[in-house]
Amino acid sequence: MTDTAAATTGPETEPGPGAVIETRGLTKRYRGGQTAVDGLDLTVPSGSVFGFLGPNGSGKTTTIRMLMGLIAPTTGTAHVLGSPMPAAARTVLPQVGTLIEGPAPYGFLTGRDNLARFDSADPTSDPRTRRARVAGALDRVGLSAAAGKKAKAYSLGMKQRLGLAAALLQPRRLLVLDEPTNGLDPQGMREIRALVRELAAEGTTVFLSSHLLDEIEQVCTHAAVMARGRLLVQGPVAALAAGARGRLTVTTPDPAAAAGVLTAHGATGLVTEGDRVSADAPPGEVELADLNAALVRGGVRVRAFGVERASLEDAFVALTGEGFDVAG
Amino acid sequence: MSQAERTALAAPRTPGRALWTLGLLRSELTVMFRRWRTLALLGVLAAVPVLIGIAVRIETGDGSRGGPGDGGGPAFLSQVTNNGLFLVFAALSATLPVFLPMAVGVIAGDSVAGEASGGTLRYLLVAPAGRTRLLLTKYASVLVFCLAATLVVAASALAVGALLFPVGEVTTISGTRIGFGEGMLRALCVAVAVAASLIGFAALGLFVSTLTNSGIAAMAATVGVLITAQILDTMPQLDAIHPYLFPHYWLSFTDLLREPVYWDELVRNLGLQALYAAVFGSAAWARLTTKDIGV
Ligand SMILES: Nc1ncnc2c1ncn2[C@@H]1O[C@H](COP(=O)(O)OP(=O)(O)OP(=O)(O)O)[C@@H](O)[C@H]1O
Ligand SMILES: [Mg+2]
Repeated sequence: MTDTAAATTGPETEPGPGAVIETRGLTKRYRGGQTAVDGLDLTVPSGSVFGFLGPNGSGKTTTIRMLMGLIAPTTGTAHVLGSPMPAAARTVLPQVGTLIEGPAPYGFLTGRDNLARFDSADPTSDPRTRRARVAGALDRVGLSAAAGKKAKAYSLGMKQRLGLAAALLQPRRLLVLDEPTNGLDPQGMREIRALVRELAAEGTTVFLSSHLLDEIEQVCTHAAVMARGRLLVQGPVAALAAGARGRLTVTTPDPAAAAGVLTAHGATGLVTEGDRVSADAPPGEVELADLNAALVRGGVRVRAFGVERASLEDAFVALTGEGFDVAG
Repeated sequence: MSQAERTALAAPRTPGRALWTLGLLRSELTVMFRRWRTLALLGVLAAVPVLIGIAVRIETGDGSRGGPGDGGGPAFLSQVTNNGLFLVFAALSATLPVFLPMAVGVIAGDSVAGEASGGTLRYLLVAPAGRTRLLLTKYASVLVFCLAATLVVAASALAVGALLFPVGEVTTISGTRIGFGEGMLRALCVAVAVAASLIGFAALGLFVSTLTNSGIAAMAATVGVLITAQILDTMPQLDAIHPYLFPHYWLSFTDLLREPVYWDELVRNLGLQALYAAVFGSAAWARLTTKDIGV
C-alpha cells in the first residue's frame, strides 16, 4: 500500500531540487485584460520527457515565453534549472535549447549561416568549435544536404528542422520544444521522436507541447494538461491515462446472459451493441480471469474478452471537454 | 553520434566576455553587409557623386572653367571643375540633408523591429544574446553603417572627381592654398565629421525601432521624423528650438575647410549628437529591456 502511495504522489508533484522547471502561481494577463495563464503551478521533474497539452489558446506558448524570459509574468514566479527567470536568463538560457511557436530563420541566409548567427548570439559558445557544432546539429536533424540553401527556399518542415538544429547547437540540460513536429512528414516525426528519446537517454530533460496525443503517449514519461490558462492535471502519463477508465468488452452470441453475469459481478455502465457487451473496466482488485470463468460458468459462450485501456486522448477529452470551439 | 558532435561535447565552454560581444557584432556586421537592401542603399549613395560629376561636366562643356559663385545647387559645386577633390565636398553636402540620413533611417529603423517582425528576435534573446548587449550591438552596427555610407559617397566622389576633372592644390574657404595631400586628409576628416553628424539620428531611429514590431512602420516613422526636423529647422518662427534640432549643425563640416579650422560649430554639433545619443539610447534601452517579446 505504501508502494502505491509513493507511485501516485511521486517526486513529480513534490517541489524540490529534482525539478527542472517549477512555477508558482504563474499568471499572465495580456494588455486588453485577457488572462492567458492563470495561477500555474507546474513541476517538471529532472530527466523526464514532459508533454504539455492543451487545446488551442489554452496558454501553452504564453507559459513557455514566460519560462524563457521573453515576457514578464503579471504575478507568480518561475524557476528554470533551479534559478529564477527572467533574472537568471544569462546563466540559464545557454543550457536550454528552445523552439517557440514555430521556426523563424533569416530568409536571406543559408541554413548553415542561420545556425552560425544564432550560435554567435550565445556568449558562452566557443567560436572555434562553431563550424563543427553547426555541422553536427544539421546532421542530427537531417538537413546536411540543404545546409547551403537559403532558408527562404526551405519548406515548412525544413524550417522546423532548422529550428530544432538551433536548439541542438550545444549539449543542453533542458530542451523546450513548442510543437516540434508541426509541419513534419511521417518520417520526420518518427525521427524527432527517436531524437527526443535519444536526448532523454543522454540525460536531457525535454519539455514539449503538442496536440498529437499519441505522440505524447509514445515519447513522454510525464504530462500536464492546460485549459483556458489553468492547469487541470499533471503527473506520469500512465497515471493520467489510468485516470480515464478503460472499457471491458465481451463478444458473445449470448449478449443478454453476459450482461446479466456482469451486472451480478458489479459492473457499471453496461452497453449492449449486437454481439458486443461493454462495461466500465472493473477496479484493479478484480481478477479478470475470474470474471471470464464466471461468464463461462453462467453458460455464456465467449468469443472474445478483454479490456481496452483508455488512451491519453480519452483522458484529454474527458478533462477538456468535447467542444470544438476555442475558448475566447 | 557524428564526429562533429563528439568534438562539441568535448569542447569546454570558455568564457571570455570581450570576445562574446565581438562575436555577435561580427555576425551583425556580416549579416548587414550581405543583405541586398544594404548593398542597394550603398549603391544609390555611390551613384549620387557620379550623377553630380557628369552633370557638372556636361554643364561646363569640355573642362572649360565655370566662374566662381555661378548657379545654385550644393556648396562647392562651382569649384569642382577646377579641382576634382571638391566633388567630395559637393557630394557630401548634397547627400547629407536627405540621402544619407534616409539610408541610416532605414537601417536603424529596421534594426530591432525587423528582427521582431521576422520572429528572429525571440531566438536571439533565448540564445541568449542579452537585451542590453543586443541593443549595443545593433547601435554599433548602425554607426558602422553611417561611416560606411559616408565613406562610400566620399570614395565614389573622389574617383569620379579624379576621372573627370583635374586635381591638385586646394583653395580653402579662407582663401589660402593647401597641398593635395593635406586636402585629401581634410576630405577624410570631412567624411568622418559627416558620419558623426548622424550619431544622434541613428539613436533616434534605434529607439523608434524598439517601439513597434513592424520593420516597415519603424523605417517610415524614422524617416518621417527626419523630414519633420528638417522642415522645422527652416522655419524662422521657431528660432528658439533650432539649436536643439539634430540637423541644425549638420553643415558645420564645411568649417574643416577653413584655415585655420573653425571648431565652434563642429564641437557644438558633436555635443548635440552626443545628447541625442544619450537621450534616445537610454529610451531605447528602457524600452527594449522591459518589452514583452510577444511575436
Ligand atoms: N501577444 C498577445 N496579446 C494578447 N493576447 C494574446 C497574445 N498572445 C496570446 N494571447 C492570448 O493568450 C491566450 C493563450 O495563447 P497561447 O498562444 O499561449 O495559446 P497556446 O496554448 O499556445 O495555443 P496553440 O495550441 O494554438 O498554440 C489566447 O487566448 C490568446 O488569444
Ligand atoms: Mg502555441
